[in-house]
Amino acid sequence: MNDMRLIERAVDMNDIKISARNVQVYYGATHAIKDVNVDIADKTVTAFIGPSGCGKSTFLRSLNRMNDTIDICRVEGDILIDGQDIYNPNIDPVQLRAKVGMVFQKPNPFPKSIYDNVAYGPKIHGLAKNKAELDEIVEKSLRRGAIWDEVKDRLNAPGTGLSGGQQQRLCIARAVATEPEILLMDEPCSALDPIATAQVEELIDELRSQYSVVIVTHSMQQAARVSQKTAFFHLGNLVEYGETGKIFTNPEDPRTESYISGRIG
Amino acid sequence: MTDMTSGSLGKTNTDLIRAGLARRNRNQLFLQGFGMAAIAFAFLMLAILVGSLVLSGYKAFTQTHISVDVFIDPEEISVERLPRGGFEEVLQASLVSRFPDVTERAEQRSLRGIFSNGAQFLLRDMVVADNSLIGQTVRITVPVSDPYDQVNKGLIDRETPNENRRVKDNELAWFDALIAEGAISSPINWALLTNADSRFPELAGLKGALVGSFWALLICFLIAFPLGIGAAVYLEEFAPKNKISDLIEVNINNLAAVPSVVFGLLALAVFIGTFGMPRSAPIVGGMTLALMTMPTIIIATRAALKAVPPSIREAALGVGASKQQVVFGHVVPLAMPGILTGTIIGLAQALGETAPLLLIGMNAFITSAASSPFDSATALPTQIFIWADSPERGFVSRTSAAILVLLTFLITMNAVAIYLRSKFERKW
Ligand SMILES: Nc1ncnc2c1ncn2[C@@H]1O[C@H](COP(=O)(O)OP(=O)(O)OP(=O)(O)O)[C@@H](O)[C@H]1O
Ligand SMILES: [Mg+2]
Repeated sequence: MNDMRLIERAVDMNDIKISARNVQVYYGATHAIKDVNVDIADKTVTAFIGPSGCGKSTFLRSLNRMNDTIDICRVEGDILIDGQDIYNPNIDPVQLRAKVGMVFQKPNPFPKSIYDNVAYGPKIHGLAKNKAELDEIVEKSLRRGAIWDEVKDRLNAPGTGLSGGQQQRLCIARAVATEPEILLMDEPCSALDPIATAQVEELIDELRSQYSVVIVTHSMQQAARVSQKTAFFHLGNLVEYGETGKIFTNPEDPRTESYISGRIG
Repeated sequence: MTDMTSGSLGKTNTDLIRAGLARRNRNQLFLQGFGMAAIAFAFLMLAILVGSLVLSGYKAFTQTHISVDVFIDPEEISVERLPRGGFEEVLQASLVSRFPDVTERAEQRSLRGIFSNGAQFLLRDMVVADNSLIGQTVRITVPVSDPYDQVNKGLIDRETPNENRRVKDNELAWFDALIAEGAISSPINWALLTNADSRFPELAGLKGALVGSFWALLICFLIAFPLGIGAAVYLEEFAPKNKISDLIEVNINNLAAVPSVVFGLLALAVFIGTFGMPRSAPIVGGMTLALMTMPTIIIATRAALKAVPPSIREAALGVGASKQQVVFGHVVPLAMPGILTGTIIGLAQALGETAPLLLIGMNAFITSAASSPFDSATALPTQIFIWADSPERGFVSRTSAAILVLLTFLITMNAVAIYLRSKFERKW
């Protein structure tokens, strides 16, 4: 009996990548995230949905301590990644962000060459021993960003000269180049056309085999297409969290139901 | 309230809009006209300023010279006594032999007055450089003295009664004779740029001032640029935002508005008084100008840093760059064009600054260019100040010419700043 439970726990621990406990986020006096508890599984795509201003981005950014850059922002509660509290003073946010990559809503390539954009992360973390290894990482990352074929002949052209969709895929390539374990994506497709969106979604599905992916999206269809788990936020509360199929077909909370059917949002 | 198409007087909304449109268009026309008039006025003032400077200054860009055959008399000049010798007498003799009917000693001496006072030194340098000239007759071309330069440029009215005129009738007659035989020429006055200051306007040049300004600006740049950028980067990127940083910010803005003469007094008391640094030296001038330029650079740098979009910082932080890597790897390089523009504009201001340099004594009379920032020197604006204060007629046009030289430097620097700004302007 005892043994059985131990094994069960161990498996559980393995599967859960991020675990948030009683998380509160404040912007000055604004209480933006209210008492959120959530366990995000490894090798899964988790979608955050909810009306504008409900705190999806805020919560996402607290997962890699990006909120540290906002002076008035304060995070309370525990966020554990692999069982370790990321807000522990011993944790270096720089190291954390190498492990938890992020793709932003608006494509934001560096005003440098395509090559340098992707090589920057591996370079500052010392992931490549020499130029050949770096070239390899860059190519591999650009391939995983589904953009290699489009840019392989102009790696020295500026990244800012690409189209919006290409830029976003370049940013995804840049994020995966440091081999993070978790990839946070804040509305990665909001600036993309349907074709580029499909490419990025395909990419997300591929990434799932190695990473835990968390994606914020305003598109219900996208959440349904790419995610296995869905979390619905409303006014700073995590209202409902569960299997994507269940959330979309048989939500438990009336607020979830009305949001999904288009009545709030 | 009632319906979309009819207003209270039975007019439609379209009518109301049209009625208002005429007034709005009138307002716009008026504002545009006012703006254009303001610009036209500004340009007119600029044209008047530059025009009057050119009018009064262009004559200083040529200098009247006289060419004469000089017999370098071994009686007066001998190798043993060099560099001393009767160079003045030799020059005088050359003109006396040209005008044999001038026999009175006093008249002969005033004949010599056609030569610039510096002519004897030019001749001396020639002979010192080549001793074999002694005993020969050489043709030399040297500046004439200021009154004759004025005559040649038409600045002395020949109708003025003889007793009120700087150049008397007999002197005019000699000079006209020299003109008639082609001994008088007016080449471009390179001495204006290659000579240092002199008591004699025909010899005075801006070299000392240019060199002094160069040293002062160099010192100013070396101090203000790194310190200004360091302060701005710290304040903008690293300092916690609290009461103290607010206070510092307010004070930096105030510092930029402090009248420059105050910085001059400060420099006089601290650099020269307390630290005993040399007076009139570009090192002190540069340090004083650095005090004034630093707030400008800090403000420009902070604006340039602020203009770097947050998305770039987030991108770098997102892949795990440290704060310092974000700032020095991304933000500062992207802000560099703005920082350089601000710096150049600050340096241009410093170049034109006069009051603090007057206070630390950079308006001394110095006849050689400084060879290091520790030598005494003048600067362009203080040289203008000295010349504007000089009684000799020749300094009037030279003052304008010096202002034109200063303006040329300022315009060039500002043009470089504008070029940098437009070349590296980014569209995010
Ligand atoms: N930097 C900030 N300073 C102050 N308040 C903020 C800041 N960022 C977000 N907020 C507030 O926190 C709340 C949650 O914002 P958040 O950006 O997380 O919403 P969101 O769910 O991502 O919305 P959207 O779907 O529109 O992106 C909002 O009420 C917002 O006004
Ligand atoms: Mg958001």
